[in-house]
Amino acid sequence: MEPDLTELTSLTLAEGRDALRSRRISSVELTEAHLAAIERANGLNAFVATTPERALEMARASDARLAKGSAGPLEGLPIGVKDLYATEGVHTQACSHILDRFKPPYESTVTAHLWRDGAAMLGKLNMDEFAMGSSTETSCYGPAASPWLPPNWSVEKARAALAGDKRGLLTPGGSSGGSAAAVAARLCLAATASDTGGSIRQPAAFTGTAGIKPTYGRCSRYGMVAFASSLDQAGPIARTVRDCAIMLRSMAGADARDSTCADAAVPDYEAAVGRSLKGLKIGIPREYRLEGMNAEIEALWRRGADWLSAAGARIVDVSLPNTRHALPAYYIVAPAEASSNLARYDGVRYGLREPAADIVDLYEKTRAKGFGAEVRRRLMIGTYVLSAGYYDAYYVRAQKIRTLIRRDFEAVFADGVDAILTPATPSPAFGIGEKGSTDPVEMYLNDVFTVTVNMAGLPGLVAPAGLSAQGLPVGLQLIGRPFDEETLFTLGHAIEQSRGAARWPQAWWE
Amino acid sequence: MSVDQAAVRRIAHLARIAVTDAEVPHLQNEINAILAFVEALSAVDVSGVEPMTSVIPMKLPMREDEVTDGEIEPLILANAPLAEDGFFVVPKVIE
Repeated sequence: MEPDLTELTSLTLAEGRDALRSRRISSVELTEAHLAAIERANGLNAFVATTPERALEMARASDARLAKGSAGPLEGLPIGVKDLYATEGVHTQACSHILDRFKPPYESTVTAHLWRDGAAMLGKLNMDEFAMGSSTETSCYGPAASPWLPPNWSVEKARAALAGDKRGLLTPGGSSGGSAAAVAARLCLAATASDTGGSIRQPAAFTGTAGIKPTYGRCSRYGMVAFASSLDQAGPIARTVRDCAIMLRSMAGADARDSTCADAAVPDYEAAVGRSLKGLKIGIPREYRLEGMNAEIEALWRRGADWLSAAGARIVDVSLPNTRHALPAYYIVAPAEASSNLARYDGVRYGLREPAADIVDLYEKTRAKGFGAEVRRRLMIGTYVLSAGYYDAYYVRAQKIRTLIRRDFEAVFADGVDAILTPATPSPAFGIGEKGSTDPVEMYLNDVFTVTVNMAGLPGLVAPAGLSAQGLPVGLQLIGRPFDEETLFTLGHAIEQSRGAARWPQAWWE
Repeated sequence: MSVDQAAVRRIAHLARIAVTDAEVPHLQNEINAILAFVEALSAVDVSGVEPMTSVIPMKLPMREDEVTDGEIEPLILANAPLAEDGFFVVPKVIE
């Protein structure tokens, strides 16, 4: 079916790529259309910095290469970048005040790959501060709003909320909420995001987009503002599974500057999209069926298994006995590693500096002023669990539990299972201001289906699986073997196809 | 396991984050809520289990010990809140 070239922002990344290559449209046209859409969508607060001059400069260079026939894999395609990626000379703050005015003199490896392959940078995307959050509400720039309307809200009510404090509008999830909101609102063809406990997959599920957290070590973390170094991983969010595959191929690859980045060849992920499911064995883990689980989510999970079965896969029950320990263990490991990674923000070399009498005063005042409440909470937990007398009881114990979690998955894969199907989130998107204000743990429970994957270092993909009874997007998660993102793209595409045509919200926010 | 107010102040000092007297009780509650949440892990049998040191099986890559970078002082100082003569300037470090 021919895409509608009069609505340039409704193209998928793949359609945009093909239209550019066949010279039916130019990159300048495509980029201008997106810049205009971003301008009209200011209220959503998806972007925290835009780079229109640079985007058009890159688009013009792409048009020249397209004319010469020397186009790269992402030539001329306008992309958004999560604010934690170092982009040379451009706002990079991980949405924290402690990095006020910071402009890196270097480029992250992942974004360098995108520009190498010809993409154009539209700007930097909103996120929870230092990637700590599940709703983008901890951003120092305030929350991003999901382009999806809350159930039964009129456009007028939504526009009024958007102009005010956004309370009641849906969160796009977090921490990559800006990335997910921008993709769903058609402000960019795809976005880079990152995932430490679910920060790609949960926002993708909340906004009806596709996202993948690749295997730990698939992409380089050089130039990414670090949260938890043994859990963080770069990945794309896009409107289709195919678009994610195209993005990941460019983002991934070996890097001598990241000692945890694997020296493994990057396959043509797009070729896996549309492959047959015959012979694939899909595991359904019984421990993911939680007590009091949302009935719609449980029904969706069963429906997903039926879809994969209809497409030729074999469905089997599996057991991952240590699943219930993953979330508490994550909330020891991640804050501990964060307390180490965020020690560098001390007011000396970059970012915020508060007036102080001596050096310790400088550190304490700058960090108190520059870090938000959630970050401070996690740094203190992290400091505590690493401190003398508690290190063995907490951090080492949590690292042993990680080994148990990984062993569970290894046993299931050794049994011939190719991928595991689970829900992505315990519910569809919730409202801004609805969770976490009295009990921090309430927000953490959002990650229950996603953190196991980071703890084990495995790849996890979320595919859009339709709408809830109230009209909100819901997603399904697929967990794969190490470095087998291809099988996830094959399966994710099958889910996407089974759910039927994509529906995107009309632009009520303009 | 829970923390008292003295512990909260000690943790804040270790983390080099200033906390006011008014903030301490609230922080204490938050930290204790999280500690209560992770308490379940103390009951797990981890005897004989190695802590995970490498997420994917991988040997730490080595390289030649040679200088491949440098002479970029202006870039390094470019984001400094205060710099002078090629140094970061800070308030006094030693009494």
